[in-house]
Amino acid sequence: MKRRDFIHLTGMGAGAMMMPFSSFANSVDPARFLDQLLDVQQKKALADAALNTAKSLGATYTDVRIGRYLNQFVTTREKKVQNIINTESFGVGVRVIVNGTWGFAASNNVTTDGLKKATERAVAIAKANSKFQKEPVKLAATPSYGEVSWKTPIVKNGFEVPVKEKVDLLLNANAKAMEKGANFVNSIIFLVNEQKYFASSEGSYIDQDVHRTWPNFNVNAVDRASGQFKSRPAFSAPVGMGYEYLDGKAEDKIQGPGGITLYNKSYDIVEDAAMAAEQVKQMIAAKSVEPGKYDLVLEPSHLWLTIHESVGHPTELDRVLGYEANYAGTSFLTLDKWQTKKFNFGSKQVNIVADKTQVGSLGAVGYDDEGVKCKKWDLIKDGILVNYQAIRDQVNIIGQKESHGCCYSQGWSDVQFQRMANVSLQPGKEQLTPQQMIAGVEKGIYIVKDGSFSIDQQRYNFQFGGVLFFEIKNGKIEGMLKDVAYQANTQDFWNSCVQVCDERDYRMNGAFNDGKGQPSQSNAVSHGSATARFNGVNVINTGRTI
Amino acid sequence: MILLTKDEAYTLMKKVLAYSKADECEVNLSGTNSSNVRYARNAVSTSGTVSQYQLVVSSAFGKKSGIATINEFDDASLEKVVRRSEELAQLAPENPEYVSILGPQTYAEPVTYVQATAAITPKMRADAVAQSLQVAKDSKAVAAGFLEDNNGFSAMMNSKGLFAYNTSTNTNFSVTVRTEDSKGSGYATRGYNDVTRLNTKSATQIAAEKAVKSATAKAIEPGKYTVILEPAAAAVLLENIFFNMDARQADEGRSFLSKAGGTTRLGEKLVDERVTIYSDPLNPDLPTSTWNGDGRPQEKITWIEKGVIKNLTYSRYWAEKKGVKAIPGPDAAIMEGGTKTLEELIAGTKKGVLVTRLWYIRTVDPQSLLLTGLTRDGTFYIENGKIQYPIKNFRFNESPVIMLNNLEELGKVERTVSVESNVNYLLPPMKIRDFTFSSLSDAV
Repeated sequence: MKRRDFIHLTGMGAGAMMMPFSSFANSVDPARFLDQLLDVQQKKALADAALNTAKSLGATYTDVRIGRYLNQFVTTREKKVQNIINTESFGVGVRVIVNGTWGFAASNNVTTDGLKKATERAVAIAKANSKFQKEPVKLAATPSYGEVSWKTPIVKNGFEVPVKEKVDLLLNANAKAMEKGANFVNSIIFLVNEQKYFASSEGSYIDQDVHRTWPNFNVNAVDRASGQFKSRPAFSAPVGMGYEYLDGKAEDKIQGPGGITLYNKSYDIVEDAAMAAEQVKQMIAAKSVEPGKYDLVLEPSHLWLTIHESVGHPTELDRVLGYEANYAGTSFLTLDKWQTKKFNFGSKQVNIVADKTQVGSLGAVGYDDEGVKCKKWDLIKDGILVNYQAIRDQVNIIGQKESHGCCYSQGWSDVQFQRMANVSLQPGKEQLTPQQMIAGVEKGIYIVKDGSFSIDQQRYNFQFGGVLFFEIKNGKIEGMLKDVAYQANTQDFWNSCVQVCDERDYRMNGAFNDGKGQPSQSNAVSHGSATARFNGVNVINTGRTI
Repeated sequence: MILLTKDEAYTLMKKVLAYSKADECEVNLSGTNSSNVRYARNAVSTSGTVSQYQLVVSSAFGKKSGIATINEFDDASLEKVVRRSEELAQLAPENPEYVSILGPQTYAEPVTYVQATAAITPKMRADAVAQSLQVAKDSKAVAAGFLEDNNGFSAMMNSKGLFAYNTSTNTNFSVTVRTEDSKGSGYATRGYNDVTRLNTKSATQIAAEKAVKSATAKAIEPGKYTVILEPAAAAVLLENIFFNMDARQADEGRSFLSKAGGTTRLGEKLVDERVTIYSDPLNPDLPTSTWNGDGRPQEKITWIEKGVIKNLTYSRYWAEKKGVKAIPGPDAAIMEGGTKTLEELIAGTKKGVLVTRLWYIRTVDPQSLLLTGLTRDGTFYIENGKIQYPIKNFRFNESPVIMLNNLEELGKVERTVSVESNVNYLLPPMKIRDFTFSSLSDAV
C-alpha cells in the first residue's frame, strides 16, 4: 500500500501511520474471523496434490503456502468513528525449482484443481526463466519436520474482542486527550492474524497461527496565533501479542527521566493520550535547539528505528549482493569487510543479534516461509561484523550450511524472499539505569520516540528526528527542546556508543510496514534495546520559516 | 485485453443495485492485469502476472454506512456482498460526516487507454529487458531493473443514477546501472500510457553513461549551492506540495498552508511568479481518469498560478461545510516550464551542482514542509557552463516552498516518474539557488 492511499483511507493527514494490506483482501463480517475455513488435514491433502503435480512435471523442489490473512482496523477521530474495516485474504502460493530455476504462481482458488493449475503455471514460469539463469539455485539443507504447528503465545485473541469495546477504548482515549487541551486526535487499533500452512517436497507440513496488535494515536496541538502545530504519537509499540497488550498493567509502566511514563509489555492508551495532550503543548513552547555536537541518550522507543535502518538493513545479504540495487539499495557492509573478521562496525559495547524467536516480537514465528525452524544468531559481536541475514538459497554464498530462517512473504500471492529478522542491541552487562546514564552527561539531549528518518542507499549517512527532546546540562534534564535532528555516518555513530543500560531497561518497538522488493512487500519486525549513550553526535536545527 | 467492457460493467452493476434494500447504494467495480519482470546482477530474478477484479459495495441507512467487497460475480455472490454491506451499515455507528451520494455527472471522454500497451506479450517484455541487459554488458557494468505494465478498467454506479467507466493502460520502467567496481552508479526511469514510447535501450544507455561518468567522485564541502534538478529529482520534492493541498488540514491549522492568526494561504503568493502548476486529465502526454473514486468529475484545475495558491482539494463533507466547490485531489500534476534544454541550463551556470536523482525523501517538519533526503546515481559539479567532475553524494535539508522562491530558471517540460510514490508528472528541469546540502555521504 502506498502512503497516499493510506492517508486517503483514514484521513489522518500529516504524521499519519501506515498500514499494509494483503493483496486480494476482501472486506468481511467480523463474525467470519472466527470461522475455520479448512482444517489441517484438508490443507495437507490440498498441498499434497500440488506437491505431486510439481514432481510429475519435473520440479526438484516445491513448497506450497495456503494462507488466510485477516486484518481489522478501527479508526476514530475525536468523538467520531471514521472507519471499521475487516478484511480477509485467502489463497495459495506455489513455488518450484525446475531446471535449477525458481518459478512461482498463486491462486485464490483453494481447491485441488486450483492448486494443480497454479503449480502448472509455476513450473511453466520456472522453465521460461531458466533461459536467463546463470547459476542453478543451491538450497541449504533443512530437516524435514513432519506435521508440526506453532502459535503466537497470545492471552486474548483481538478478533474475539467486540468492535464496540475497541471503539469505546479509542473514543475514551480521544476524550482524555481533548479534555487535557489537545486540538485534534486520531486513533487506531490495527489487528493482524496470519493463518499460514506450509508444505514442502522435503516432508515438512507446518501450520502456524500468527497474531500482531498495534494501537496508535496522533494527538495534535495547534497554536492558531503563531501558526505553529505539533503532533505527539502514542508511546505504544506494534507487538506480536494478542489484545492483552492493551491491559496497561501497573508493572509494565516505567517512570522515565523528564517525568515521562513509558510502557513495556502492556500499554495504557487512555493514560498515554492524556499525557500526550500535555506534552504536545510543551513541544510547541520548547526552546529551539542550538546546533552542534551533543552526547545523545537514546531511549528504546527511539533507538529501534536507528537500529532498523543502520544495522538491520545493511546486514541483509540480498542487499549486499546487489539484488535490491534498483529499489531498496545495496549495503556498505560488503563481503570483503566481513571476511576480514575485524571490521569495526561499532564500539565494544555494541552487541547486536538477529532473532526470529523473541517472545512478543513482530517477527517471531516457529518456522519461516520456506520451512526453516527459526533461531537467534549474532550479527555484531563486541563491535565486529560477524554475520549477515540470509536464507536457504543464499547461505552457500557466505560459506554457511544452515539457513538463518528469515524468509517471509506478506501474503499467499507474493513470492517469499529474505526479510529482516528482529534485530536488537543487547543490554549492557553492568548495572546502569537511564537516570544514572543522564547524570554522567555534561551537554546532551535525551530523545524519546522515533520521528523523521532518512538514510542513503548504502546505509552510510543517516538523519533521524524524534518526538520528545530533553536538554541535558551537567547531568540534569533542563527542559524540552524542539527542531532537533541528528546526522551521522553509521560506523562513526556505532563507534561513539559508550554505554548501554542494563537488561532492566530493555524494551522492544518496531515497524508493521518495512518495505522491500519490486513489486514491494511489507514485513513486520521488532527491535529491542536498552537506553544507550552516543558521544559527540552532530545535531542540526530543522526550524524554518516559509 | 480489457477484462470487462463498458456494457458488461453496466449490466453487472445494474444487477448489483437491484439487490439493494438500503437508503443509498453505490458500487465500484475494477479489474486489472499487471505483469512485471525484475532483474539484478545482469540476470532476471523474478517475473509475474496477476489478474485481479474487485467489486466494492457501499450501503447506507441514514448516516450509517458499511462497505463490503468481493471478487466473484455469480448471482449468489453479488446478492451476498450487497447483504453484507447492509448488515455492516446497520451495525456501524452513525457517521456525522456522511455525505449523500452524488447524482448523475457529466465526464469528459478519457484518453488513458492505449491498445498497444494492453497487447504487450511476455516476449515483448523479455526483449525489452534483454535490450537493457545488453547495454549493461556492453558498458562492462551491472544492471538491476524493473519493468511493469498494466491494463484495466474501473467503473462506478449508484442508486441515484450515477454511472462512470474508464479504461487505462500504463507502463513504468526503471534501471540502476553500476560500474563493476561499484564506484559509479546511474539511474533512469520512464513512465508512459503508450508502451510504444518506451525505449529501454536508450534509458539504460543514459543510466550506464551516468554510472561511468559518476565514478571517482570528489568530495566538496556541504553548504548552499545553485543546483540544477533534473525532473526526476524535482518530482520527489514537489509532490510533497501536491499531496498536502488539503483544505481541511489547512483550515484546521495543521498544514504548511495554514497561517498565523488562524487563516490559510489560499489566494496568496507563496512561491516565485514563474511557478504555475495545474492538473489536466486530458493532457495527451499525461492522461489520467476523468472522474475520481467518489464519482466527482476530474477537470483541469490550476493549483498554483504565477506563484499564487489558487485552489485546494476538498472532501465533499468539508466543501459542503465551507460552502465551496468540492474539488477532488488530482491523479497527476503538470508544471509549466521554459524553452531551454538541460544542457542549455548547464551551459548558463557559472558554478553549481547537477542533481540527477534524489532518494529517501522524508518530511522533517510538516509546518515548513522541510524535507530531507540524499542525492544519488550521478551528482556533478558545474563550473563556467560545463560539467567539471562527479562529486560525492550529499544529504540535503530543504523545503520545496523555499526552493520555489529561490528559482533561477526553468527548462523544457518532460514526463517523469516519482521513485517515492510511483506517480507520473510533467515537470521541467529547474535551476535553484541556495539549495541546502547539510552533509556528505559515502554512498554510491
